[in-house]
Amino acid sequence: MLERDVLVVGAGPAGLAASIEAAKAGADVLLVDLNMKPGGQLFKQIHKFFGSSAHRSGTRGFDIGLKLLEEAKEAGVEIWLQSTVVGAFPGNLIAIEKGVDGGAKEVITLKSKKVIIATGASENVVRFKGWTTPGVMGAGAAQTMINVNHVKPGKKIVMVGSGNVGLIVSYQLMQAGCDVVALIEAAPKIGGYAVHAAKIRRAGVPIYTKHTVVEAIPGEDGTVCKVVIAQVDDHFNPIPGTEETIEADTVTIGAGLKPATDMVKLEKCQLTFNGPFGGFIPLHNDKMETSKSGVYVAGDATGVEEANTALEEGKIAGISAVESLGLISPKEAEKRRIEIWDRLEALRMGPFGERRQQEKDNILKEYEEKIGTAVEMD
Amino acid sequence: MALINDGYLEFEELNKLQKLPSEERYAKGPVAVIECVQEIPCNPCEAACKFGAINVGNPITNLPTCSHDKCTGCGVCVSKCPGLAIFIVNKAYSETTATVGFPYEYMPTPSEGMAVSAVNRKGEVVCDAKVVKVVNPPAFDHTPVVTIEIPKEYADEVRSIKRL
Ligand SMILES: Cc1cc2nc3c(=O)[nH]c(=O)nc-3n(C[C@H](O)[C@H](O)[C@H](O)COP(=O)(O)OP(=O)(O)OC[C@H]3O[C@@H](n4cnc5c(N)ncnc54)[C@H](O)[C@@H]3O)c2cc1C
Ligand code: SF4
Ligand code: SF4
Repeated sequence: MLERDVLVVGAGPAGLAASIEAAKAGADVLLVDLNMKPGGQLFKQIHKFFGSSAHRSGTRGFDIGLKLLEEAKEAGVEIWLQSTVVGAFPGNLIAIEKGVDGGAKEVITLKSKKVIIATGASENVVRFKGWTTPGVMGAGAAQTMINVNHVKPGKKIVMVGSGNVGLIVSYQLMQAGCDVVALIEAAPKIGGYAVHAAKIRRAGVPIYTKHTVVEAIPGEDGTVCKVVIAQVDDHFNPIPGTEETIEADTVTIGAGLKPATDMVKLEKCQLTFNGPFGGFIPLHNDKMETSKSGVYVAGDATGVEEANTALEEGKIAGISAVESLGLISPKEAEKRRIEIWDRLEALRMGPFGERRQQEKDNILKEYEEKIGTAVEMD
Repeated sequence: MALINDGYLEFEELNKLQKLPSEERYAKGPVAVIECVQEIPCNPCEAACKFGAINVGNPITNLPTCSHDKCTGCGVCVSKCPGLAIFIVNKAYSETTATVGFPYEYMPTPSEGMAVSAVNRKGEVVCDAKVVKVVNPPAFDHTPVVTIEIPKEYADEVRSIKRL
């Protein structure tokens, strides 16, 4: 049977960073991702990243991805693409549907001493009249269309949601040559960074706060041709009589992300609900270990944040995994973890970060209270 | 606050939240104007300036500050700022005109000599303008810095051009 020291699921920044750490310490690492390309969100991000210059901010997301891939290769990480974990069984056994040449799949059973889950997050949907009309899509999907596949989703776009995803994807849609005719936000203020909002305002995009989308109206060909928006009251209900109709052929929804928990559920890790982090997340300690001994988590899968935080958490998970394999000393591991938690704390400051720091602290506390020490794999 | 409700800064708002160059400094030529006013975890502008004019420090969520006397108006930070929030304003360009340099990542890239429409922070057309410089070396990593000439009275208002 195929055996590995560490299996990492998800090849975004978190999974790549975890793989690199583990492989550098001498572990045999297998990294699997269901996509055709590794890199997770990074290869869609053509904009220069925020963050600290120590984390290569000011560099475009996909360049950060390329660098990580190179490091992973150098460290000897084995990567399987178009491969999904489909089962977890007693005795550290994992079933992987492996993508093989020609688009076929082959199911392989792997015995892995440690598992690191870095499956990222998926997009939330918003339901309104006509939400299934062709032309209505997630903002992330639109971003994949323009930046990965080089296809415009439409000519005139209504973006719903003013978080960083809504703002950045609006900007990139214009870079791709589309017009963003309105940006709609139900809350009274813009959710994402003001500098991102400012760049699309400068480009002439009207921003409608306290508004929602009420209906997407199909034209003769069955695809979106008009979009009705309306003001909302304090309870986010549309106010009758305030409707406006906008000519548009595409509605993109940037209504937040939620952590992808399929894999942690498969491993029967204990979950907790956390609103600010986007929904259900696996409980974990400061080693990024879940309720199940030997199973670690990192990145957006532990709560939706940023590439920088994903990278740092990935490193912690990688370090902890090789520590428990005996490849590095507990003293060395602890020293490095402390350094990383300090950097994470710096990233979770300011009006956008404080809340996440508090929630992270709460999660670590909840772990202490409910779990204490992780239980052995069954 | 206009910024978080409508997505643009009123000049008064900016003036309150960021230290802007003094009129004496403006009189000496091009200088960086940083329009970054929220405490976000970001600092590439600090590393970009080889004259040490920009400071963010610790924690990384501090607002950037610019020592305008150290700034030469070279424009490197403009291309490095992921927020596209830094501009180069030269109020001493000529007797009656000023220039504004800004990052421009749309296609096509404007060319020198081109007649364009200058817009304010809200994207409204304010006046006609002429492109006087386009700087786009590999080090700017695909963020060209475009400089336009405008009537001096609009120097605090104009921040970009209408997309071509
Ligand atoms: C529009 C936009 C702009 C952003 N801008 C910035 C920015 O400027 N700065 C910044 O720091 N961050 C930014 N981010 C956030 C950043 O991209 C994410 O936080 C980061 O990618 C999370 O990393 P991750 O490794 O946890 O997850 P991801 O990057 O999402 O990677 C998860 C990977 O797991 C794979 N996967 C999922 N489930 C399975 C499974 N069952 N089996 C196998 N593989 C699986 C997926 O295919 C994917 O490749 C942005 C995000 C978006 C959407
Ligand atoms: S314009 Fe040049 S000198 Fe001035 S702050 Fe920016 S990088 Fe420094
Ligand atoms: S690089 Fe730009 S967005 Fe980041 S702190 Fe500096 S001025 Fe603000």
